[in-house]
Amino acid sequence: MQASLRRLGLALAAPVLALLVAFVVTSIVLLLAGDPVVAVWTQLLTAPRPRLIVGIINGATVYYLSAIAVAIGFRMNLFNIGVDGQYRVAAFAAAVFAGQGWLPGPLNIFVSLLIAVVAGALWAGIAGWLKVSRGVSEVVSTIMLNFIATGLVSFLLFKVADSTTGSNVTNTKLLPPSSRVPGLALISGTPNKIYGFVLLSILVGVAYWVILNKTRFGFDLRATGRSETAAVASGVNVKRMVLTAMLLSGAAAGLVGMPLLFGQDFSYGTTFQPGLGFAGIAIALLGRNHPVGIAFGALLWSYLEQQSNGLQIQAGVSSELVFIIQGVIVLAVVIAYEVVRRAGLRMEQRNVARQLSADQPGYHLPEGTPV
Amino acid sequence: MQGVCAINDSAQSVVDAVVTQTPAVELRGITKRYPGVVANNDVTFSVARGTVHAIVGENGAGKSTLMKILYGVQRADEGTISIDGSEVSLRSPSDAIDAGIGMVFQHFMLADNLSVLENVVLGAEKRHGIADRARAEIERISGEYHLDIRPDDLVADLGVGKRQRVEILKVLYRGAKTLILDEPTAVLVPQEVDELFDNLRELKSEGLTVIFISHKLDEVLSVADSITVIRRGATVATVDPKSVTSRKLAELMVGSELPSPSTEESTVTDRPVLTITDLTLAGADGREVLSDITLTIHAGEVLGVAGVEGNGQAELVEAIMGMRDPSSGRILLEDTDISDWHTREIREAGVGYIPEDRHRHALLLDAPLWENAILGHQTQRPNVRGIWVDAAGAKADTERIVGEYDVRTPSINVTAHSLSGGNQQKLIIGREMSHAPRVLVAAHPTRGVDVGAQAAIWDQIKKARREGLGVLLISADLDELIGLSDTIRVILRGKLSGEFDPDVVTAEDLGSAMTGAV
Repeated sequence: MQASLRRLGLALAAPVLALLVAFVVTSIVLLLAGDPVVAVWTQLLTAPRPRLIVGIINGATVYYLSAIAVAIGFRMNLFNIGVDGQYRVAAFAAAVFAGQGWLPGPLNIFVSLLIAVVAGALWAGIAGWLKVSRGVSEVVSTIMLNFIATGLVSFLLFKVADSTTGSNVTNTKLLPPSSRVPGLALISGTPNKIYGFVLLSILVGVAYWVILNKTRFGFDLRATGRSETAAVASGVNVKRMVLTAMLLSGAAAGLVGMPLLFGQDFSYGTTFQPGLGFAGIAIALLGRNHPVGIAFGALLWSYLEQQSNGLQIQAGVSSELVFIIQGVIVLAVVIAYEVVRRAGLRMEQRNVARQLSADQPGYHLPEGTPV
Repeated sequence: MQGVCAINDSAQSVVDAVVTQTPAVELRGITKRYPGVVANNDVTFSVARGTVHAIVGENGAGKSTLMKILYGVQRADEGTISIDGSEVSLRSPSDAIDAGIGMVFQHFMLADNLSVLENVVLGAEKRHGIADRARAEIERISGEYHLDIRPDDLVADLGVGKRQRVEILKVLYRGAKTLILDEPTAVLVPQEVDELFDNLRELKSEGLTVIFISHKLDEVLSVADSITVIRRGATVATVDPKSVTSRKLAELMVGSELPSPSTEESTVTDRPVLTITDLTLAGADGREVLSDITLTIHAGEVLGVAGVEGNGQAELVEAIMGMRDPSSGRILLEDTDISDWHTREIREAGVGYIPEDRHRHALLLDAPLWENAILGHQTQRPNVRGIWVDAAGAKADTERIVGEYDVRTPSINVTAHSLSGGNQQKLIIGREMSHAPRVLVAAHPTRGVDVGAQAAIWDQIKKARREGLGVLLISADLDELIGLSDTIRVILRGKLSGEFDPDVVTAEDLGSAMTGAV
């Protein structure tokens, strides 16, 4: 019991430390730039109004899916930088299909989701296949595939665009009203509603946790991430595992655009929210690949963005400041986790040595104890 | 403990007689603490100039830490070091080199693709330049100490023994008067060990001092002028090799009765459990790393494979375990051909596997013990039920393994990283024996574990044999092989020799076969 409390304390120490560092560094930047430090933090740290709360939750819903997609790769040391491309391809494919309205309401939504999942998985699968068959680093191939995805989707969008007279916005055909996912009026005091697909995010988070922590497949995946050599010796087919993990990561990435498509935009167009994949990488790092940690990370990310909207008016500081904060948080958190991890290891080794020497006087020093 | 004191007293007087002039190296009260453990505790001894002084102690006794302190890699928390009578402060290896101390590491620090000359001058360019003066100096040192080193040979072409002599030459080139050799014989075959010892005597006769770290007692007795025994970080005694037997020395080291690996009466049956026929394996460059390996292991038989490391042992094990695809040949588990099976199928079929490098191949160091107990058996009860991991079942089974195999740990929830090597290995053996194996493949099962764990591991292998398993035992420890095996084969350049009978074979016979000298 005491050990698990200590572990929880260690797990929380790192993000708290990182937030403090981000606070200090940002304050220094503001001071150097001669900006009003107090006004900025007052704006960022006042309780958000109901309208903003809805915005925060909606933003987090989308970020959460992206971060889970990245985290699936991270858990086995795969760096899927390509979530950005994967969600674009998937959202476009789903939007094109759903816009046709060939199927009745809910069925149309369901099949469109399937299409998104398959499209995302296939796009990520290219990188997975290149890695297992040709040894291409997934970092390089997924970055390249992001460019290709952006170009490909823009190119195809132009072909299938629903030309509305008098508008220069290019987008796919609007979803029929029966295929839109209604919002949830959970926050009082604002007409804005939370995406219905917040439930999809929660479901994906639960599935992620169950698959990774409770199944044999998840054990194999985590074992591969912890030590590929040990996984091979234990009988894991690492190539198949790489491909499967890439497909799963891509499948989750395919869902990233769905809350936007079905809950807000109702089509895929040139104004569809970009950059979600990269936020996902940062949030997965922040949340330490843990489904609950990622939820907090996504909410924090979204909170900072929503709160920063008022910076220009309230404090006369560009809202881009928030990117500095986010960047410092990620850098600091990566360092803090490593520091905390090592401290935790040392602490455990010491405890084990102490407990054993108390129990058994004949015990020898653990070999290779920190040198 | 009384015996220890007796030896200490009688031997101390002899040593005192030798140390009349100023000692070359003197350590007093050296203490080094790491969090939670004391690696060295009040270590005190002195080394006379022109002698070979051995430091013996089992793995983890604190020998390496002590030598790191003496070489300036680590700093002692307490205590003093004196060189030639004057106290020195060694903050880095370069301080140690300046003080005339040189270190020959167990793992050679040589660049294969450079020549001997280039390796020797690397980092010491200021001494004699990098060209003819340096070459002349190398030739002079080589001649003076009979090292038989040619400066323009490529290191990649040199054998292990010669590489070690290059390391020694490197140290001498830097002006060392005291050489520390860390387990220098671990990588050598018996004949090379003899050559090394001749070199050491040569160095000694030229007035140099050698500190020789080892846990191989026979070697220590044959070469050392004085022996300091370290146990659990503290000096137990300094003894004269002429007045002590290797058994007595071992007991000083271990502090208890010594286990022996000897087997009981034969349990070998005529039922083959693992049959390998004409197994050939091509390496990455197309050359054969295993050629026409043929062997049979019967139920109740331990087949030992001896060999200098890198002659195909690792590849043989990996081929059996399905981690490498043989180019040709067949591997039969009882009557089933498993040559092209996947590792998981082979493990499920009842082949237990104790890998050579437990950190890389047998453990998830950051994962708790109970997850490590699943590893390798993640499709078998009680670890899983269908597609689900059965955490409760796996934890209960881990508790059982920890109890039955005497894994010393406060809990099954600590990470594998926090256990000592011996306890990690006991967990691995317990795990492998827990799924009704028919064959056990054990590669260097007692490497880097303390004597207590070694005895326990030997007992487990003997028990496996009694229970009718076929055991393939790969080891670099000839005593272990001779003591445990029913049959010994030697592997050299990917080929297996004929059979040796462990009851009559000597370490020298095996050594000849290992180098191809027969």
